[in-house]
Order: sequence, then C-alpha cells, then structure tokens
Amino acid sequence: MRLQAAGVKLGYGDRLIVDGLDLGIEASTVTTIIGPNGCGKSTLLRALGRLLKPQGGEVLLDGKRIDRIPTREVAKVLGVLPQAPSAPEGLTVADLVARGRHPHQTWYRQWSSDDEGAVAAALDMTGLSDLAERPLEELSGGQRQRAWISMALAQGTDLLLLDEPTTFLDLAHQVEVLELVRHLHEAAGRTVVMVLHDLNLAARYADRLVAMRAGRVVASGTPHEVLTEGLLREVFELDAKVIADPVAGTPLVVPIGPLPRD
Amino acid sequence: MSATAVAPRPHGLRRRRLTVLLALLAAVAVAVVLSVTIGSKSVPLADAWHALTAPTGTENDIVIRSLRLPRTALGILAGLALGVAGALMQGHTRNPLADPGLLGVTQGAAFAMVSSIILLGASSLLTSIWYGLAGALVASVAVFALGMAGGRGGPTPVTLALAGTAVSALLYALTSTIVLLDEQAMDVFRFWQAGSIASRGADVAWQVLPFVLAGLVLAVANAPGLNALSLGEDVARGLGQNVSRTRAVGVAAVTLLSGAAVAACGSLAFVGLIVPHLARPLSGTDHRWLLPFSGLIGAALLLVADVVGRVVAPPGELEVGVVLALLGAPFFVALVRRRKPVRL
Repeated sequence: MRLQAAGVKLGYGDRLIVDGLDLGIEASTVTTIIGPNGCGKSTLLRALGRLLKPQGGEVLLDGKRIDRIPTREVAKVLGVLPQAPSAPEGLTVADLVARGRHPHQTWYRQWSSDDEGAVAAALDMTGLSDLAERPLEELSGGQRQRAWISMALAQGTDLLLLDEPTTFLDLAHQVEVLELVRHLHEAAGRTVVMVLHDLNLAARYADRLVAMRAGRVVASGTPHEVLTEGLLREVFELDAKVIADPVAGTPLVVPIGPLPRD
Repeated sequence: MSATAVAPRPHGLRRRRLTVLLALLAAVAVAVVLSVTIGSKSVPLADAWHALTAPTGTENDIVIRSLRLPRTALGILAGLALGVAGALMQGHTRNPLADPGLLGVTQGAAFAMVSSIILLGASSLLTSIWYGLAGALVASVAVFALGMAGGRGGPTPVTLALAGTAVSALLYALTSTIVLLDEQAMDVFRFWQAGSIASRGADVAWQVLPFVLAGLVLAVANAPGLNALSLGEDVARGLGQNVSRTRAVGVAAVTLLSGAAVAACGSLAFVGLIVPHLARPLSGTDHRWLLPFSGLIGAALLLVADVVGRVVAPPGELEVGVVLALLGAPFFVALVRRRKPVRL
C-alpha cells in the first residue's frame, strides 16, 4: 500500500464531511474517485496529500503517518495538484515548472543540474518544450493544465494526486490530459490518484474506481465492478443504462433521467 | 528534448537580471552623489570628496559630514527597507495595492510617539524614535494576533488586512485625540507625519540600522517560500513549504523594515506601494530578484525625491514625504491607467 486512509474524520471547523473512512491505494495504479458534488472526494484527496489535517484517524504514506514525516520529505515522494490552481501574471511555463523543484532546493543551493534535467524532462513529457518561454496566461486551457502537471512532474515524485485535472476543459483537452496521465503511469509506473467528474472518462482511464457518497466509500474496484446501473442509482440518484464502450470496452454510462422522487 | 533545450533560459535570464542589478546599484550611487552635493548650499564634487576622505573642518566639510551624510544614509536605509517591505507585503497578500502600512506600523509608531511625549516627557523627535519603533512592533504583533484569532493554521491575508485596518483606525483616533489636547505633541507629530529624512543626525541612522539589517536577512530567507506561496497555499503545501511559518517570517520582516523606516522618517509607506510596480517589469515574478530590485529602486527613489524637495522651493525645503506624494500619485495613476496592475 503506497497511501492509506485509516478511519479518517475530515471536515472544516465543526462541519464533518467524512466520518471514519478507510481507503488503500496500491502502488503503480491509477485510482479515480467519483461521486456527486459535495460527497467529500476533494476533501479526501486533500487529506491524502496532507493539505488537510484529519480530525481523527490517520493517513499513512508507505506505512508511516504522513503528519510525522517532515513536509519537505513528503514533497519529494508525493506531488499534489489542487483544483484550478492560479499563478501570478507573467509567470512563464519554464518558471512555473522550475518551481516544482522547490522541495529539492535549499537556501545555499538554489539551482543545480539535477533541477535543470528534471525541468527539461518534465517539459518534454508534457510536450511543452516549445512553449517554455510563454507566459501562462497566453496558453490554452489544456496547455495550461499540462503546464501545472509538468510542475508536479518536475517535483520528481512517483505518487501524484490530481484534483479534477480536467475541469473547465473541452472534451478534446480532457482526453489530452488523461492520455498524459495514462502515459505517466505506463511509462514510469507512477501511482496516480485523481478526482474526475466524467464517469465515462473515469472508467476508461482508471485501473480502479472509488465511488463515494455523503462522505462514505460506497464501492471500489475495477471500473466493471463499480460502474453498474445499481450503483448509479444509489450514488448519483441517476437512472441510466450501462453498455460497453465501443472503443475501449470499458463501461459506458448512458443516462435516462433522474430517479423519480417519492 | 534534452537538457540543452532549456539550458539557455536560466543563464540568459540570469545575465539580464545581473545587468539590471548593476544598473540599479549605479542608479543608487548617482542618487547618493546628488544627495551629498545638491542642496540649499551646493557643494562641488571635489569638495565633497575632500570632506569624505580628508576633512579639515571647512564649512563644506561640516555641511557634508554632519548634515548631508546622515541624511543620505537614512534615505538609503529607509528606501531599501520600504521597497523590500512593500514587495513582501504585496507578495504575501497577493494584492498589488497592499502597502507595508497594512500591518498597522504607521499608526502604531505615531501613537507611541505622541504618547511618549505627553506621558514620559520625551521632548524631541530623536528620543521619540525609540518609542515609535516599539509602537510599530507592538501594533504589528497585535494585528498578527488578531488576524490569527478565530482561524486555524495562522492568519490569512484577508484576516490580516481586516485586523490591520481595525487596529490602525483605533490608534489613529487615539493619536488625534492626544495631538488635539497637547500642543507639544502636535508639534512633533506634524513634522514626523509629513515624512522626512532631514535633520535626523547620524545617531538615527545607527539606531535603525540593526532593525533594517535583521529585516533584510529575514526577507532574503523568505524569498523562496514566497515564490512557492505565490502559486496558492495548497500548491505551496504540496511543494513542502510550511505556510504558517513562511507567513510569520514575512510579517516579521515587514514589521522590522517598515517599522524602522516609519519610526525614523514618518509616513512614507507610499514608497512601499509604488516601488514593487517599478521593479516587477525588470525582475519578473521571482521574489529572489524582485526583493533586491525593489530595495534598490526604493533607495534611489527616496534619495532623488529628497533632492528634488531641497531645490524646488528655495530658500525652504519640501519634505520628502510631500514630494513623493506629489510626484508619486500622478505617476501611480498613469501606471494604473496604462496597464492594469498585474494579478499576483
């Protein structure tokens, strides 16, 4: 188990969103968390990435309590990309990606050839080498998202947490970003945990799906095991048919309509 | 592709930034020369050099050594301090209109100075500078503590700004009450408030020097963390940055720098507001360069404005705070109109 949540209670102030949740993330898998708005998926992801401190229970990174490991050491193993991050105006792609090297730098050693190589590799892998000198605000939405992922890659971690990496992107750009995620997984064996809204893309690009509702894990397993008509009714209150994706063979959700309320 | 594809980037950029750094150092040097030689009594460059290297007690020697040099030294210190403090403040709040006064240092210093006059009988500007410094530090700590109350995990830029505004308003009201009641306090206060680096004497520059140095050290240490923080708190945490500690160090640096400058020279916080906007086009968004550039521009600007104040209204002088406001305000309006302030 690379990453594990054991009985975590999560919330903001007095409002508890997740009350005692267990989840394990296997090494070298792509896990996607799905669920309706407000079910606690992003909250869970932030806790896994130690951005949010659990009010109870614990998060374990490689078997050790994540809050007992110095945050800079965690940052060398685990990269987190929050939802819709924003950068200061004028920041170039290369500068953004270079800031991914932050955990590897000290006050006396600000920039090394390791940093240089990691940044070049990250730009290359995300196909941004030619845009390196462009300010972020001049990029398209898909390119910008790739630049942020590139920053997380330059961090040099083999564990990546991505919170809705496809938000605000059109379908073509969503596919572009998810192909990149698949490539990271297949080429370098990285472990990826992400939150996605699009169920069909989630089914196509994940090894494992975790379905959440109201702060609980309702089902987890392969896309075939999790994405069933029964689960869609239970988790999303959605009446839908599930057929085989004619391209990938993964489950494809065809909505019929909301469940009639009684 | 390979490492060579982006290799020119840091090197080319680095050379350009080093060139700018040298140009700014030269600008400060020129400003120093102007500040030493120009005034109600003009001193030829050769005489100024004479006064610095081998004084023999001529009239020019005395003017330079006892008036112009301390004034110039204080101008450099205050300009450096306010420029760096302004860049730190705008970086931490991610607000291009933030200035160091946001932490309540100006009103804290003002209140402490006037109360020291009526309560302890401190009679001159010089003795009250210590009180002003203490007042600036106490006000800033109070703002930080208030900004922290209620929230978890340290103050946010918003709670800091709210607390700073509230504390400043309260202190301003108290200061106004005192100066309305006490004529002597009023007298010291109005000269301090205008903002000036004149007639302070060398001891004032020595007084504020350790605070400015300590503030600059903290600012340098804060720069990489501030770079991470400028991508948002969650990204910074993800990059292994301790956000609360970075904020605390930043606030401490701003307090020391602007507290020292304001206590010695009065309200010149405007320098902290405009200087980062001049530095940013030269440095980009990297605080490791933005902070030194802002400091140098602040020093040059303050000295030049002071020189302008000495020559525009002979035989009298215009306070540097007034010159900065008169020149700076239209300039800032033009800057804002020409292109909108950058999003931080």
